[in-house]
Amino acid sequence: MLKLDNVHTFYGNIHALKGITLSIEKGEIVTLIGGNGAGKTTTLRTISGLLKPREGSVTLEGEDLIKYKAHEVVYKGVSMVPEGRGVFARLSVMENLEMGAYSLKSKQELDKNIERVFTLFPRLKERRTQVAGTLSGGEQQMLATGRALMANPRILLMDEPSMGLAPVLVELIFETIQQINKVGVTVLLVEQNALMALAIADRGYVLQTGEIVLTDTAENLKKNPMVQKAYLGVE
Amino acid sequence: MKKENIIWSAVKTGLIFGVITIFLSFVGMVEVFSKRDVVEHVITLGQFVLLAAAFASGLISSRGTLNPPGQNKSLPALTAGLVAGLVTGTLLGLLVFAIGDSAEPALRKIFLNASPSLYQLLTIGKGAGNYWVMPTVGAISGLLGAAYLLLPELLRRPINRALLVVVFMALFSGLFRVVFINQGPGMEVVAKFLFGQTGLTVAGTLIFFIGVILIALFWNYRGEQIQSGVARLPKSGQVSLRVATIALIAFVALGLPLVSGPFIAQVIVTVALFILMGLGLNITLGFAGLLDLGFVAFYAIGAYTVGLLTSYGPFGLQHIPFWVAVPIAVLVAMGAGFMLGLPVLGVRGDYLAIATLGFGEIIRLLAGSDFLAPFFGGPQGIIGIQKPCLGTLEPFLKVDVPRVCNGIELGKPQDIYYIAVASALLIAFVAWRLRESRLGRAWMAIREDEDVAEALGVNLIQTKLLAYMLGAAMAGLGGAIFATLIGSIFATSMQLLVSINVVSLIIVGGMGSIPGVIVGAIALIGLPELLREVSEFRYLLYGMTLIIMMLAKPEGLWPSQATLRELHHSDVKAETKA
Ligand SMILES: Nc1ncnc2c1ncn2[C@@H]1O[C@H](COP(=O)(O)OP(=O)(O)OP(=O)(O)O)[C@@H](O)[C@H]1O
Ligand SMILES: [Mg+2]
Repeated sequence: MLKLDNVHTFYGNIHALKGITLSIEKGEIVTLIGGNGAGKTTTLRTISGLLKPREGSVTLEGEDLIKYKAHEVVYKGVSMVPEGRGVFARLSVMENLEMGAYSLKSKQELDKNIERVFTLFPRLKERRTQVAGTLSGGEQQMLATGRALMANPRILLMDEPSMGLAPVLVELIFETIQQINKVGVTVLLVEQNALMALAIADRGYVLQTGEIVLTDTAENLKKNPMVQKAYLGVE
Repeated sequence: MKKENIIWSAVKTGLIFGVITIFLSFVGMVEVFSKRDVVEHVITLGQFVLLAAAFASGLISSRGTLNPPGQNKSLPALTAGLVAGLVTGTLLGLLVFAIGDSAEPALRKIFLNASPSLYQLLTIGKGAGNYWVMPTVGAISGLLGAAYLLLPELLRRPINRALLVVVFMALFSGLFRVVFINQGPGMEVVAKFLFGQTGLTVAGTLIFFIGVILIALFWNYRGEQIQSGVARLPKSGQVSLRVATIALIAFVALGLPLVSGPFIAQVIVTVALFILMGLGLNITLGFAGLLDLGFVAFYAIGAYTVGLLTSYGPFGLQHIPFWVAVPIAVLVAMGAGFMLGLPVLGVRGDYLAIATLGFGEIIRLLAGSDFLAPFFGGPQGIIGIQKPCLGTLEPFLKVDVPRVCNGIELGKPQDIYYIAVASALLIAFVAWRLRESRLGRAWMAIREDEDVAEALGVNLIQTKLLAYMLGAAMAGLGGAIFATLIGSIFATSMQLLVSINVVSLIIVGGMGSIPGVIVGAIALIGLPELLREVSEFRYLLYGMTLIIMMLAKPEGLWPSQATLRELHHSDVKAETKA
């Protein structure tokens, strides 16, 4: 479904992605793991059009994504849950969700999606008039996820959803990711928490300083000695 | 808290307020204010400022002792108030000593305002050697400040309101007097009874003070009943009540210029103008978060467009009627917003402030330059702007001859008032609708996080340009109306200060809040305009107000719903934590 082929992305002179090739099939959960500064966020930003690669191609079901501007990519069915949640702090929960549906044209669809998000995260319904900036970290993560779902994505890009959350909440979020996936949304999950990510993913890629160094099924990756040593904390 | 601590912090507070009052004396404010009265023949505004300082120092330092509140600690509180007031007063006493009794005080070589008349003032006319006056008065005021704080809430609020009303009435008593006297001999008697030449009369003071206290007390006992009574009314009753309120406001708004005379009408037009600019900048800055320090440029463009299109003076180009020129001016300003928006689109934060600042200055300098003088009149400006005419205008005959209006000419400030107020209301409505629209949401999303907004499908370029253009359009409308009111335009009035005023009024009113813009414009533009007598110290007071506001009420006078909710929830959190 989504394919990156030999993608090179730069920040000025900094060569952040050095020829990334990866592919995600429809209905999969694929995880991208790697340490700080490996280029995970850069990869997601490249897919969603916020950064333009200098070389290589990004295609969604055969269609070139690079030619679209960042604000057009969402209309192709790509939604992102940004790193650090990126909720609109001074807008209410409701307004955040409405912004998530900015790319939708019909009001009915918006209402339907809001209902869906509220069933997924009943907590958000309770807090719908609260200003997002005053939500707890976990609630903000729910909101960011819900907001991304509002656009009816075909593929959801998630940037470290477990960051700074208590284990219980991480589990809750990851369960929700599985639920979302079951109803047909493909997921690209970027994580440092490799243990959790590999537990729910079908396949994984390991990113190091801008290069894919390893790819395999999640099962095999969990057993891989290098992954165990570097990301799972197994000696 | 230990006793020494209480005393020491009271002394510190007293010193701070003492230094402030000495500063105000040295810049001459106390003396100038003494020409005005709060209560005629009893207390001047200058004295009132000094008393208020001692009162405030007493109040603030006694509040420190009431922490945690609720306990009965009146003795330390009163002591703290007394000490603080005494210290403040003593500093003023020292000032009296320093000025000395001579006709030409030595201190005056450095501080021009350390004059014998200040000496008179600080000894309340008692003359030589009366250094004790200020410390005594200060101590009493400080004590009163502390006592005020110890009053039960039930009494404190009414007193607070009554004091505010009395001071307000006193400040504007001259104005009220004139307005009342204009209404005929019957009102003249009332006016002279309540308002003196320079301040309230004793009778007026008492009437206002006691009246407000009675009303406030009544509201305390009956307010809830009345409110719940209104809430219990059937739906139709509530609707008609609301209609009646609106009708009343409309009636007052329509009738006001008829009774107020040109001066007040002109002040209100100025306020309306700043409301228009404020609403405009509220879109760019309040909604979309794009700081624009050159906002006056759009006002200038609106004004010049109307000037050039309608003037019968030497620079008039087209001689079209006001009603046609205004929409054109709005469109031209919008175009200018587009032109400004394009180059600065990629600029963020602090850099944006500087870039827009430059734009504002460029427009002003170009408009006033000799180089473009053949088109814009240079320093002479554009004069002879045709007044709006309800009816048909005679054709333009020759330069400097106003066209004759067959119908009603809206020439007086009272006439422009209607245009200005109607425009402000209309634009406030437009701003409100915009806020609730998809575009409004997109602006706020950009303000919060550009990248995320873009990833959600917001076209940043388009949305930001629209923010600049619509903001500019509103400022342009303001400029167009104001140019017509004044009848002439000069580039020198398009100062950076205007832009800063607009930014300030938005911040003081409450960023992003539409009622906040209105309240901010009244507070920062309207009140100083009405208080022309103190214009010398206008910007000193203005600056002090801004600082106090930012310390005491940073969310603004009338914050937007979102800010309120935010504060409300953080309160809830703080409570649960405690
Ligand atoms: N705006 C930027 N300007 C310059 N360099 C950048 C910028 N953003 C990221 N980089 C660099 O690009 C590289 C990859 O960064 P990226 O944010 O993609 O890492 P990451 O894998 O998401 O790390 P983390 O897990 O810490 O979020 C890093 O070396 C980083 O310093
Ligand atoms: Mg990252």
